[in-house]
Amino acid sequence: MKKLCTIAAAGMILATSAFAADDTLTIGFTVSQTGALNLDSVAQLHGFEMWRDEVNAAGGIKVGKRRYTVRFVSYDDQSQGGRVQQLYTRLIVQDKSQFLFSPYSSGLVATAAIISEQYGKLMLTTGAAEAKTYQLGNKYLFQLYTSADHYLTGALDAVKSKSPNATIALVYSDDPFSKAVAAATRVQAGERGLKVVLDESYPPNQTDFSAIINKIVSSKADALVGGGHYPDGATLARQIYDQKAGLKWMTLLVAPDSPQFASLGSAAAGVSVPSQWAPQVTYKPDFGPTPAAFAKAFEKKYKIPPGYHAAGGYAGGLIFQHAIEQAQSIDPEKVAASLNAMNVTTLFGPTKFAIDAKNHGLQIAHEMVLTQWQMKGSKLVKEVVWPTSAQTAPLAYPYR
Amino acid sequence: MVGILASIIDGVLVGSVYGLAAMGLTLIWGVMDVINLSHGAMIVAGMFGLFYLTSMLGAPVYAAIPPILVAGFFVGVCLYWIAVHRVIGRPALMSLLATFAVNMVLIGLGTAAWGTILFNVPVSLPGITWQVYTFTGTHMMAAFLTAVIAGLLYLFLHHTRTGKAIRAVAGNREAAELNGIPTTQVLSLAFGLGVALACTAGALIATLFPFTVLSGSAYQLKSFVVTVLGGLGNPAGALFGGVALGLLEGLATPFMPVSWTSVIEFVVFVVVLIAFPRGLFNLRRP
Repeated sequence: MKKLCTIAAAGMILATSAFAADDTLTIGFTVSQTGALNLDSVAQLHGFEMWRDEVNAAGGIKVGKRRYTVRFVSYDDQSQGGRVQQLYTRLIVQDKSQFLFSPYSSGLVATAAIISEQYGKLMLTTGAAEAKTYQLGNKYLFQLYTSADHYLTGALDAVKSKSPNATIALVYSDDPFSKAVAAATRVQAGERGLKVVLDESYPPNQTDFSAIINKIVSSKADALVGGGHYPDGATLARQIYDQKAGLKWMTLLVAPDSPQFASLGSAAAGVSVPSQWAPQVTYKPDFGPTPAAFAKAFEKKYKIPPGYHAAGGYAGGLIFQHAIEQAQSIDPEKVAASLNAMNVTTLFGPTKFAIDAKNHGLQIAHEMVLTQWQMKGSKLVKEVVWPTSAQTAPLAYPYR
Repeated sequence: MVGILASIIDGVLVGSVYGLAAMGLTLIWGVMDVINLSHGAMIVAGMFGLFYLTSMLGAPVYAAIPPILVAGFFVGVCLYWIAVHRVIGRPALMSLLATFAVNMVLIGLGTAAWGTILFNVPVSLPGITWQVYTFTGTHMMAAFLTAVIAGLLYLFLHHTRTGKAIRAVAGNREAAELNGIPTTQVLSLAFGLGVALACTAGALIATLFPFTVLSGSAYQLKSFVVTVLGGLGNPAGALFGGVALGLLEGLATPFMPVSWTSVIEFVVFVVVLIAFPRGLFNLRRP
């Protein structure tokens, strides 16, 4: 009798663990916990985690009569492409990830996408705007962000509306994302009749911008557009302020979106950033929380207001969840078909993926806004200033 | 033309701070033939020292420099006894690996403590505007303090008994020992001095630019270029080497993309190593 009980107990334990394993959905990804991309990548991670915690608290993702609990497997990629290549292979082969989130930044995603496609794993990219990666015939790659070609369109339109003959200094980091943005901006400035009087890149690890700022001053540019990621963008903004560069407008990529940018104090005032999302947007989601509800919950959890990287991370989770629920399956082919057919609005805005072979997975519905740090009394506040239909405050031009 | 001059002046101002950072590296090499690969981590330690003294304790920015210099000295002496003393006189690779290991430990600890986010020390000093170009007060103050510290170092090395002892050990350790100089203590003192200079340079750089835990490697690399320009083991040459590097950067950038400056720097580095292995300014060793 004792033996029988032992065998029955062992059987129950095995059955329970097998059942638990079946009802867990593993999503793998890398995070830049260290290195130059750390700040934005960790913000994105917070978005992922918040979505996971909410889904699991609600009982998991519902597929038929089953509910899948979400489990994350992630590693620090140290902001390095070489690490991404190793770690995505590990995530797929050793950790048996069923789905993948992308690393942060276009450069790292280009590397990760090679691995995910090789193994036929579905990867949703959040934080990878360069369009080129989605034009290589990939089948399992889906982009949440508006592509890099449109990052500075709003900034050029805003400048044009205030100063039709403004001259532009295009100064950008020598990384894949920033170069893709700059290539499109060069063309778009020409189309708008805005003359580019300085067109210069700098190494991503640049620490001293004095020489570049002297070039900007010599060019007599009215507006500076460009930048790269957080460390270089924040340093450039501070030095522009210190050296009183005499600009009327400054839009930098990525860096000013982070709440930490306000730590630059007066140097942050007036600086604008193309943003994939802002807490003030008024999208009416088809599912998930409203932008305001998300922002409130995020701030309560992390004691910091969410930027677009955090919102993008959260929305990435929502999109995966919706695709799985629509497919009523966790089979990658069925979920991919569900993503191909998707045309929805979340707190992050509209989402629809290109399905033609040439651009498969490219985001075609999402739109960007332009936000600007403005001084309200003694406090820096980020306001949506473009397009005018989404404005929460008038554009400050000249910016300082 | 004014733009080019402005670029040169900016280059020289920043270059002098690079020179100060390199003085620590070259002093240690000159006295004990050790290439200190933890130099970058010490520069970062100075940056964080300034950040915490000003933001947590509310110390005025420039008043925080002397305590950082003193703390850097004691940290350097400790480091010498922990990691360097046992490898003095052994093959160069051993001291290289020992200081590299210290560097990795310190960077690892720093990354664990602060991550790699950007820190900023807000400094407000009036600058000078010449036509449309502004030379910031922080740049000028950093260059001025560098000159003061370099002058004090010169006086210390040439006009004090301890300084003369350091120079004697650098010249011939055995002869110095025979003359009753406690060379081991002098070596630890020189290492402490080198680290103190690195920390001070780090603190001054933090008044100019925001920084992360990983910022040290870029300045360490510049320190190597400056050291080679000025002559290995020659602190005065390092200062001139820093100014020369700044001058080169300032001269090059108006005529070519900024991305090319590091290419030019390292071409000059190789040329000087081959054509002037004792450096461009090796007038006198310490």
